[in-house]
Amino acid sequence: MKNKSLVSITDFSKSEYMKILSLAEEYERKPVRNLLTGKVIANLFFEPSTRTRLSFESAINKMGGRIIGFSDSGSSSVTKGETLYDTIKIVSNYCDLIVMRHPLEGSARFASEISSVPVINAGDGANQHPTQTLLDLYSIKKTQGKLDNLTLFIVGDLKYGRTVHSLLMAMSQFNTTFHFISPEELKMPEEYKILLRSLGLKYHEHKDFTDIIAEADIIYMTRVQKERFSDPIEYERTKNAYVLKNKMLTNTKENLKILHPLPRVNEIEQDVDINPKAYYFTQALNGVFIRQAIISSILDVN
Amino acid sequence: MKDKILEVSAIENGTVIDHIPPKAFFKVIAILGLDKLDTQMTLGTNLHSKKIGKKAIVKLSDVFFPDKDINKIALVAPQAKLNIIKNYDVVEKRVVEIPDDIIGIVKCMNPKCITNSEKIVTKFKVVSKKEVKLKCLYCEKITDQDNMQVI
Ligand SMILES: [Zn+2]
Repeated sequence: MKNKSLVSITDFSKSEYMKILSLAEEYERKPVRNLLTGKVIANLFFEPSTRTRLSFESAINKMGGRIIGFSDSGSSSVTKGETLYDTIKIVSNYCDLIVMRHPLEGSARFASEISSVPVINAGDGANQHPTQTLLDLYSIKKTQGKLDNLTLFIVGDLKYGRTVHSLLMAMSQFNTTFHFISPEELKMPEEYKILLRSLGLKYHEHKDFTDIIAEADIIYMTRVQKERFSDPIEYERTKNAYVLKNKMLTNTKENLKILHPLPRVNEIEQDVDINPKAYYFTQALNGVFIRQAIISSILDVN
Repeated sequence: MKDKILEVSAIENGTVIDHIPPKAFFKVIAILGLDKLDTQMTLGTNLHSKKIGKKAIVKLSDVFFPDKDINKIALVAPQAKLNIIKNYDVVEKRVVEIPDDIIGIVKCMNPKCITNSEKIVTKFKVVSKKEVKLKCLYCEKITDQDNMQVI
């Protein structure tokens, strides 16, 4: 992993993920470590994403690193028409690592090709967000004690949700049984189902969000956004059909945990928050440990 | 009559690319960069073809393409046939084959792809050859045959 960019979840092997996950456990036990003294990390947020940026900043600060950068392109030379190429060429002279978020897909791959320092993709449009996927894996492993042979339910927007696709690709390496619950318009794309079939993994598709979740070890909730629907009437009809309510959890498994990449809108009712099966806020905290593990692996400071 | 004209322009040495669909004709010219060559060439399109109805043909004197260059036209003219001419004789007949990787040539169909906003040479992995599907190595989205646009 040393000096390697992390752009897509497929850039790292299964054994590399596992190393990062166990390193994150060490950071959870002891988060404050002065391993990045003298290191400068550029956080380039070409579009705002407060939670992701704060999570990275928290991770870097806990390891004693320094941060340069900007939190949206409005406050940078990008507004003056500078190309991404020029920005990356210049900034990579100033730092040891670049963390970047950009609205255009493929921007992080391009940056990693031209940068003289490694690049961590903190989201490139609807394409990839690998640190989110690793924190999802960490949350699953931490709550279930393992990653293998689990039953994973994914609910909501399975068509456009990038976190869902990356999670599917990562979990497909652990003999997972998948259940997809979504409206017809937002079904899991065929290419991912082809991948699962080629790996001999079981998946089931459901239109209704019902007591079928009794089998779940993990329920991964996502937002169903209005702008994803071609037919607004269809949206009105389905918007409340994929909402998780506390009473739906009555007959679910003891070990079940509810995950959500956040922010949520209305897809998990607030009464779920006090249920011990709700895990989404802790999941967000895990993001700091996982980012500490990723940064320190790439900079080879452990 | 048309055939006769082309007959006249038979070449001594070089390459004949036959059975190009007329709608791919100008794309083939662009992909092979024929506009930049200064050798003798004969180009014809909308010619009668028993096989494909209408066709285009390209005859190039003293030009021999390496496989990796000529195979690029398979993206737009998969049924094109190549004749290599030496001393007025066809010494080799070849079909074109879609390569595994496509560098440049094609535009990514994803409007939100970085390659459509910065000056970047596009790169694709060919994920399906029968019905051509290209996966962009930047945005990871698929550009299919119907949406393929040659740069
Ligand atoms: Zn692309």
